Amino acid sequence: MKKAIEIRDLSVAYDRRPVVEDVTLSIPSEAMVGIVGPNGGGKSTLLKALLGLVTKIRGEVEVLGRPVDRRVLRLVGYVPQREDVDWNFPVSAFDVVMMGRVPSMKLLRRPTARDKELVWEALKTVGMEKHADTRIGEFSGGQQQRVFLARALAQEAEVLLLDEPVSGVDAPSQHEIFDLLRRLQGAGKTVIVTTHDLSCVAERFDLALLLNRRVVAFGRPEEVFTPELLNETYQSHLMVLKVGERTVALEDRGQGG
Amino acid sequence: MADHLLGPLEFGFMQRGLLASVLVAVICGLLGSFVVLKGLAFIGDALAHASFGGVALAFVLGINIYLGAFVFAIATALGIGAISRRGRVSSDTAIGVLFSGTFALGILVISRVDSYTTDLFGYLFGDVLSITERDLWTIGALGLVVLALVSVFYRQLLFAAFDPTVAAASGIPARRLEYLLLALLGVTIVTAIQAVGIVMVVALLVTPSATAYLFTRRFHHMILVSMAIGSLSALLGIYLSYYLDVASGAAIILVATALFFIALAVTGRGRRLSEKAEHSSGVT
Repeated sequence: MKKAIEIRDLSVAYDRRPVVEDVTLSIPSEAMVGIVGPNGGGKSTLLKALLGLVTKIRGEVEVLGRPVDRRVLRLVGYVPQREDVDWNFPVSAFDVVMMGRVPSMKLLRRPTARDKELVWEALKTVGMEKHADTRIGEFSGGQQQRVFLARALAQEAEVLLLDEPVSGVDAPSQHEIFDLLRRLQGAGKTVIVTTHDLSCVAERFDLALLLNRRVVAFGRPEEVFTPELLNETYQSHLMVLKVGERTVALEDRGQGG
Repeated sequence: MADHLLGPLEFGFMQRGLLASVLVAVICGLLGSFVVLKGLAFIGDALAHASFGGVALAFVLGINIYLGAFVFAIATALGIGAISRRGRVSSDTAIGVLFSGTFALGILVISRVDSYTTDLFGYLFGDVLSITERDLWTIGALGLVVLALVSVFYRQLLFAAFDPTVAAASGIPARRLEYLLLALLGVTIVTAIQAVGIVMVVALLVTPSATAYLFTRRFHHMILVSMAIGSLSALLGIYLSYYLDVASGAAIILVATALFFIALAVTGRGRRLSEKAEHSSGVT
């Protein structure tokens, strides 16, 4: 099977404090992967390492079979955490999605008919085409996430990386977003999501990565969501209860959320 | 009425002053929109003050004032980036240290050449009516450079300003664009120092764009509206200064300030601009 992401022996540190250590991982294309783990466990950092946004101490990252460079990055769509974005900026949903076309636009060129077509198509895919002219700050959390996802689609990304797309988003919208990701996977995209929502990963994702600085486990959710592995991942931050046939995991989110 | 409007234009210095200040307002409106949204007001003020060291030195050495101002502004911008990148002091601190230092150098230099101080004070507080034809050509040329560079990189600059992380992640050279923005800010400030003065440049950068921000929904509209508001402030300010015999730079800024408060009252929605200004920072 073709590989979307290949990580070998990756370590990343901030101020000499290791955040991600010795990660070796291979993600097949057209998979839908949920990355779960405690706050500070390196989930966001791992995504950023895939994008070349953090300096790695050692290790190699390959995306779609090639080392990460500007050309490959065009094929990777990134949806950052909501807090990273300035929502007061005067741009419409259409403007934001058009930004996805900027990396492949020549300088000084106006958007071509094809650029516009890709933007509209992306807006339709996420169900936001009726709100194209609305200013980004006026959307709900779920709508903002869908617009950002549309930007990644307009970029013609093959691999989608989403950092906590459903945090601060109401429950119905969370389901919409995960349904949408499922459909995109069906359309041939590789989808990688960091999340705190273990049940959602269990129900809807093909693969789960348990990450607490190191890879604790990587495999199908039903195989890796065991009390032992979850306890090892979250340590004291998770209570795993057995209720009859079912395993219930309760996460102590602290203040970070 | 027509007499009141056209009368002052019989004088060459008034024609040049009007033309120069409208040119400057247009350039400031363009860059100011980035300054307001990126919270660069403090660094803009710093570059303006720093350029005074260059103005004073150039004045004494008899070289082009604009060149001196530009060199100092750019060197300060790069210096702020370099010092704060090391991480030993915050960028706010680096800005504070460098701009007061270079400004003090300017004051020191002019304190040695007291015969010229009145001319140099024109740069501090603005004296648009003393602009020569050669100044006008310099301002026009620098304005064209700014306009051309922003046009070429407009979409990339917008992407990097709105969402620098994702811009970098999708292969846009976000860091280099940030330096480009600072360099353009330096050029813009240099064009504006004679019109409104070093002390008030930041107002011409920030105020018309802040006004435009209150009632525009798209970034390019914000740019166009702030250019228009800046030009209107410049025109009204110069006529005011002519008829009331007050300082031109101050008159321009006060008109812009009045327009801002009118817009604030009319739109009645205080989007959180102050918060942005507090987060002003340079290249980090």
